[in-house]
Amino acid sequence: MDLNTVWFLLIAVLFVGFFFLEGFDYGVGILLPFLGRNDQHRRMMVNAIGPFWDANEVWLITAGGAMFAAFPNWYATMFSGFYLPLVLMLVALIARGAAFEFRSKHETGRWRGVWDGLIFVGSLVPALLWGVALGNLLLGVPIDPSMTYVGGFFNLLNPYSLAWGLTTLIVFTLHGAIFLSLRIEGELGELAMRAAQRIWPFAVVIGFFSVGVGYFVTDMFARLGVDPGVIPLGAGAAMLVSGWFIRQKHMGWAFGMTGLSIALSTITMFIGLYPRVMVSSLGPSLSLTIYNAASSPYTLRVMSLVAISLLPFVLFYQGWSYWTFRKRISGDTKLEY
Amino acid sequence: MDALTLARWQFGLTATFHFFLVPLTLGLSILVALMETLYVRTGDELYLRMTKFWGKLFVINFAVGVVTGIVLEFQFGMNWAEYSRFMGDIFGAPLAIEALLAFFLESTFLGVWIFGWERVSKRVHVLSIWLVALGSNLSALWILIANSFMQEPVGYVLRNGRAEMVDFWALLTNPHVWTQFPHVLAASMTTAAFFVLGISAYHLVRKSTNLDVFQQSFKWSAVYAVVATCLVIIIGHSQAQHMVRTQPMKMAAAEALWESQNPASMSLFTIGNEPQLKDVFAIRVPYLLSILAYNQPTGEVQGIKNLQAEYQTTYGPGNYIPPVAVSYWTFRFMVGAGFLMLVLGGWALAKTLRNTLTDPSRLFKILPLAIVLPYFANTTGWMFTEIARQPWIVFGLQRTQDAVSKSVTPGEVLTSLILFTLVYVSLFSADAFLLFKFARQGAGDPTHKDTAYG
Repeated sequence: MDLNTVWFLLIAVLFVGFFFLEGFDYGVGILLPFLGRNDQHRRMMVNAIGPFWDANEVWLITAGGAMFAAFPNWYATMFSGFYLPLVLMLVALIARGAAFEFRSKHETGRWRGVWDGLIFVGSLVPALLWGVALGNLLLGVPIDPSMTYVGGFFNLLNPYSLAWGLTTLIVFTLHGAIFLSLRIEGELGELAMRAAQRIWPFAVVIGFFSVGVGYFVTDMFARLGVDPGVIPLGAGAAMLVSGWFIRQKHMGWAFGMTGLSIALSTITMFIGLYPRVMVSSLGPSLSLTIYNAASSPYTLRVMSLVAISLLPFVLFYQGWSYWTFRKRISGDTKLEY
Repeated sequence: MDALTLARWQFGLTATFHFFLVPLTLGLSILVALMETLYVRTGDELYLRMTKFWGKLFVINFAVGVVTGIVLEFQFGMNWAEYSRFMGDIFGAPLAIEALLAFFLESTFLGVWIFGWERVSKRVHVLSIWLVALGSNLSALWILIANSFMQEPVGYVLRNGRAEMVDFWALLTNPHVWTQFPHVLAASMTTAAFFVLGISAYHLVRKSTNLDVFQQSFKWSAVYAVVATCLVIIIGHSQAQHMVRTQPMKMAAAEALWESQNPASMSLFTIGNEPQLKDVFAIRVPYLLSILAYNQPTGEVQGIKNLQAEYQTTYGPGNYIPPVAVSYWTFRFMVGAGFLMLVLGGWALAKTLRNTLTDPSRLFKILPLAIVLPYFANTTGWMFTEIARQPWIVFGLQRTQDAVSKSVTPGEVLTSLILFTLVYVSLFSADAFLLFKFARQGAGDPTHKDTAYG
């Protein structure tokens, strides 16, 4: 396996981590106005992701940095091409991050109401836009011979990509509801579980719809064939099984299953792309690949050494932090946020 | 306006705003870590109250620094795609390492620190604030390794139509990094020192409750201020000496030195005619620039006109002169603010040593206002170093005008510029509101159970 492939894999891993972790963060934010009926409940919800959300977001920042370092042309084409959606996403992420920190630092209802609103919108917008971005990556976008995106803004808002936007939005919300039911005790935890039960059918329908349409409008699934293999099938199966666990109230297992489904779907997408990183709709020869978008072999070698020596530590201490804060939040937990 | 100009305004705005917050994070993380360390070692709850009080302000400031940083990480690709293509082989590496090595560390352990008071042991808790301090200061190192390449490219070769890295070690040992990083570090310590000094002085004058917290904080930060300001000036001086050799145009612009001089005089005050490259009115001190540049009364400092001629032969026709007035004044504001802080810091230290904190004088009314000084110096310092490098985005390798994204329209950049401005202004107001609120509030009730570890 060459280093270009290694870095393609590594970036896939970073996106898997990001969608798995930040997925439930977004879900919690989206559910805030629906499940958090009073200030105490909303605080508990925010505190459920309090120790984690910032480090979860670093998975995205690292993925961006890794794209820049290993595939500068991918980073340049995608980030300049998806300009306005990215601006919206950044504005949302800024507002949301500040809102977590600020909401409980002042007592008035209006102050908290504004920040809670921003947590909701700031979680909803990226959850939706990530799907739109993925949809466009699968579908292909117009990229000219100078590797420049030539499609404009509205080209990105095609029905297929919007369907994927809705998919990530609903799946992340489901993932977040299950996470909340695990992290919070009592009435609010129950409420989250019931929400998961209600969201699950929508997640299944929209998920299978988006995948099904993909067979007709992209080359990804055509390339995978009628029997796409164990990873994509596993992604679908895990989503189905999660519904059974939710009904049985085995929320730990349910969380594992939605997480697995998110991870396997992300991997499926990367398999479908490989060895391309961005598909050009103007002709196969114009697509960006892990070769024509890549850094020099020297840089890839340096970065491989760095990544291989650092990533285990990151995984270890981030895992440790989840273990440290494993205790569920109840009505009497001292809340920091 | 064209997309280039708008993109430059946007980068300037977002970078300035981000760096408005970051120095306090860098400097205060170390102070808070020291406070908590003393608490853990001595068990004296005075240090715990200090940790809690300054820690609260630290956390508010930290959050906004983090969220504004994401924009910077993405903006290279969004607005500067051609730069990213040309420089990505070199520039992407330190950014990725910054995220892997520093951002994960600081964000994870800040979570542990905020939420862990009753979950982890004292030792783990104090270790986590040290790891936050380490993480944030490491992130400064890696982003400055990246920035230093833009000022002084090293360890690269031009190949395949781009700059490719051939020596990672050269990137790390870039002499520019090892003056710039210490300078930024010392400036951050200065920022934290004056932040703590100003707020402590405010409470000392008002004789707030928990006066002991503010007396102790005042003493600490007076020492911190003098040490840090001295360092920032000394390192800044050697940084300028390095600049004379490696970025002579930047120095010439800082001094409004139109013609090469030997011995060179330093400008005390110049009103220049920038289009015609000449003085309208100038007071200059003979020999001083040569002395500052070379530690001896002779030695040529190159002038703007000579460098322009030289660069035209090297790089082809074009204008290689940065905006002189902006360079000249930002440089002077930075240096001026630095020396003013040294005076104020020294005064505060004298008060501390004479032990006259219980009887506040005029100084204590000045210090809260002096909080703006480090911010002013940080901002003008960065404006100088980035603007006086123009027209280059990477000195000698790529011009800013060639670096901008081709696919992004002026309308799109204008939209994002307006959005970011609105968001940043609101965020800044909320941040300032909370900082004022908690800074004024005093240091909490020492008997309150809330402040204990579990």
